[in-house]
Amino acid sequence: MKQFLGTISRFIDRRQALVYPAPAIIALFLIVVVPIGYNLYLAFTKWTIGLGDPRFIGVDNFIELFGDERVLNGVKVMVYFSGLSLSIELILGLLIALYFHRQFKGSEIVQAIYIFPFAATPVAVALIWRIMLNPEIGVMNYLLESIGLPGSLWVSSARTVIPALVLVDVWKWTPMITLIVLAGLKSLPHDPYEAARIDGANTLQIFWYITLPLIRPVLIAALMLRSLDNLKEFDIIYTITQGGPGIASETLYLYSYNVGFSFFKAGYGSALMVVVFLIVLVFNVVMNRMRINAQDI
Amino acid sequence: MATGRRMTKLFKSTLFYTGAVALCLPPVFVFVWMILTGLKTGVQNISYPPQFIFSPTLENYRAVFQQYNFFKYLMNSLVVAGLATGVSLLLGLPAAYSIAKYRQGRIGILILVARMTPFVSYLLPWYIIFRYLNLIDTYTALTITHLIITLPMVIWLMISFFESVPAELEDAAKIDGCSGLQSFLIIVLPLVRNGIATSAIISFIFSWNQFLFSLILSGPNTKTVPVAVYNFISYGKIDWAGIGAAATLIVLPVSVFAFFVRKSIVQGLTMGALKD
Repeated sequence: MKQFLGTISRFIDRRQALVYPAPAIIALFLIVVVPIGYNLYLAFTKWTIGLGDPRFIGVDNFIELFGDERVLNGVKVMVYFSGLSLSIELILGLLIALYFHRQFKGSEIVQAIYIFPFAATPVAVALIWRIMLNPEIGVMNYLLESIGLPGSLWVSSARTVIPALVLVDVWKWTPMITLIVLAGLKSLPHDPYEAARIDGANTLQIFWYITLPLIRPVLIAALMLRSLDNLKEFDIIYTITQGGPGIASETLYLYSYNVGFSFFKAGYGSALMVVVFLIVLVFNVVMNRMRINAQDI
Repeated sequence: MATGRRMTKLFKSTLFYTGAVALCLPPVFVFVWMILTGLKTGVQNISYPPQFIFSPTLENYRAVFQQYNFFKYLMNSLVVAGLATGVSLLLGLPAAYSIAKYRQGRIGILILVARMTPFVSYLLPWYIIFRYLNLIDTYTALTITHLIITLPMVIWLMISFFESVPAELEDAAKIDGCSGLQSFLIIVLPLVRNGIATSAIISFIFSWNQFLFSLILSGPNTKTVPVAVYNFISYGKIDWAGIGAAATLIVLPVSVFAFFVRKSIVQGLTMGALKD
């Protein structure tokens, strides 16, 4: 027995680089790669959940989505929501990171409070926002009116629903950008700053000519990481509007969910999910190229 | 000149503290509003103008536990998040150790794929597989899907902690007759215990917050808290007071946890992207 254990122990020691990561790799393969493969297969089939078996139909699903108005709407909503929220989060996140970078008395506490939304359960806080944004009884309109501004319909009108959802997304996720950029700022070299100060550059010049170029790769990395979740935003939109009013806030991602789990069209839904994946992939490949270029400068 | 400098300093510090208030206001306001909503009666919650001062009631908390059986859902979330975290550590610790030691960066690609894939596209396959295996509405099923999020997170967090362990320590252990496995378990793991605690907390938070997987794959027996609180709005009439109380119960524990790991939490999400 002892000899047997010794043999095993020696085997593990000799093959550490193989044995240690193996369980995690096998697990990730089973829980990630296998379902993705299955999803890819379903994208080429026609199948209503509960009715018969998947039937292979080639690329018909992908042809169908070109004529689907809700796909077009989904892409538009996605571009509007993600474009607006990502740009606001990036700019605000950078400014706030610059603010925290100059440490002051109590900045630790301010930072701890500021990042609260980031860890808070999305569904729970989104429901609270839903109450706050209610046009009739919500506290947001009360606050607006008490400082003399007209109330808004927020998520109840097709015209304002996206900006209102962007508000929630910005509230929840800007801290993530801030934390990433702050980590980047802390690792910047000191030399260029000293040289600039000796040359008499002012704060704005230093930011524009030194900090911004140096921090650009980190900014793009932050944008990439945020986009991974933002392009697939589900919890906030689903909880507050479920894509409404009508389909005014139905992103392509939400539509793919609805096709799969409200209409039970598994094949077509899977094809839409593949498209969402490709959009996220292409966006990140382009961004990554920009990041590498920014690093070379 | 001296007064001028003092004035600038005063101006600057005023600016800083104005900034501090401006940054704290939005999170604090939503947080306070959540707590207040849970302490108001149903009528107070739908009255306009909204009430800031009122006599608070704990009736909603009683209802949440007695009518909605919220304790059961809290336990479900605790079990699933605990299991997902435990399994992630069990599988992730040796993997991260090996990646750090042997520079196996390629494993990262698998993790990146996991992050890029829309979570919705895991749902159908998992639903079909779990139905086939009779695992719908079980802790096993939910734990497996939560691993998609927590396992990559634990691995990425732990890589940098393992990298900070000096190689000489292990060499010394080897000379003293430790096997590789012994030195990993007895020498290395205790050295990275802070990292383990941090990863465990972050993994727990993200599993606790997970909504989409539980929405489809849980059932009456395993419903987790995000799904339970969401269901408050599908009972026809929306119970705002109940939502306030339930949301407070859900958010409070993760907020406390997040406070302790706020410095590392970003690392778990950035997946080492800032390193190169």
